[in-house]
Amino acid sequence: MGVDVLISKPSKGSSGKTGLWRTFKPVYYEERCIGCGECYLYCPEDCIVMKGLKVEIDYEFCKGCGICSNVCPANAIEMVKEL
Amino acid sequence: MRTILTGNYAVAEAVRLSRVKVIAAYPITPQTTIVERLAEMVESGELDAEFVRVDSEHSALAVVYGSATAGLRSFTATSSHGLLYMYEMCWWVANARIPLVMAVVTRTIGPPWNIHTDHTDILTLRDSGWIIAMAENVQEALDLTIQGFRISEEVNLPFVVGLDAFVLSHTAEVVDVPSQEDVDLFLPERRQAYVLNPNDAIAIGNIAQNEHMMRLRFEMAKDMEKSKDVIEDAGKEFGEIFGRSYGLVEHYRTEDADYVVVMSGAWCGDAKEAIDVLREKGIKIGLLKLSYIRPFPREEIRKLDGKDVLVVDRSFSMSYKGILGLEVGSVLDCKNVIAGLCGVDVSVEEFVKMFKMFTNGEIRDVEWWLK
Repeated sequence: MGVDVLISKPSKGSSGKTGLWRTFKPVYYEERCIGCGECYLYCPEDCIVMKGLKVEIDYEFCKGCGICSNVCPANAIEMVKEL
Repeated sequence: MRTILTGNYAVAEAVRLSRVKVIAAYPITPQTTIVERLAEMVESGELDAEFVRVDSEHSALAVVYGSATAGLRSFTATSSHGLLYMYEMCWWVANARIPLVMAVVTRTIGPPWNIHTDHTDILTLRDSGWIIAMAENVQEALDLTIQGFRISEEVNLPFVVGLDAFVLSHTAEVVDVPSQEDVDLFLPERRQAYVLNPNDAIAIGNIAQNEHMMRLRFEMAKDMEKSKDVIEDAGKEFGEIFGRSYGLVEHYRTEDADYVVVMSGAWCGDAKEAIDVLREKGIKIGLLKLSYIRPFPREEIRKLDGKDVLVVDRSFSMSYKGILGLEVGSVLDCKNVIAGLCGVDVSVEEFVKMFKMFTNGEIRDVEWWLK
């Protein structure tokens, strides 16, 4: 019996480069960042990576949902319309 | 060990002997005493299992769906409205190809409230992908429950065993409760197509492409057909170990019969007695008991070709015929009596009368046995 349709192995990029879905892009202002890690904890797609007390955003897979910007207490992430 | 048990307690014994690890259930008459007894067994240490109390039948099947997906032998039981309340999860378990066993104590669906037997509730599962077995007596309820685990785990389809409300569930009969050693001999270690394991993560319940999902239903249909051999093999081996053989159907005095009655469930016992009465009068009549409704024993029914066939239904599909009448009618021409709905009792004497009318050609295509 085949189980391919029933289960899948989670892996990065299994749905393709979802960054292409983005309408708004999170832009990170390092100088405002207080390093609290809220954006990292809330990102539903694991697209925010902590680098010490700063973060990096993976634009290849970020779908632009804006949750990081919404939860940031320091206003360090702004959503900007993609061109 | 020979002892006296009600159908519900016999099912509980079968679950214990099958070394079930997780039970979740919500009480509903007339099923309640199955899981009540199991809860006692867990509490006293007779059964090494988790008993999960839940807020509804939907949650009950959801819990055992989870535990069975994680690789544990799991069981639940329900009736009537409880089955309908868990109906969504029934399809979820079947399509996910998760082996588990459920007992359904067949009961009328309301309103108005009625707790007595009717097969329409269990037969709502017929399109879903569950294997459906029906017990004639308390011993069969016990034996089919044990076989259910083996069959379900071999074909990756869930298994439901039906037993009639009160007639079996609350009626005590002499039964042989097998020894643990013999059941261990019959029942292999659990296997299944895939297992949820935190050390090797997989995702389940994904969105599937249409073409792939249709192929899933196609594979289920193939495996449902394949389960016929698995059922026959398991039933035969069960007979070798325990002295009671099982199969998709049971023939009762059909060898030389000109007339054959097709039925399923507890009242087959009464029908057999009625057949004996007619046989004594020289009427060549027999009974084909359907021990399984899914997979549907088409081949066995086709062998009745050339005989006069009467289907006596304890279910109705709100169309032209009873549910079994439609099923058997898809294989060969048959007459159909709708009787015993909503717990209406049909005595041996009435079966004698009904079968006499049948052999005299006095039964129309569809006949309601009203009182």
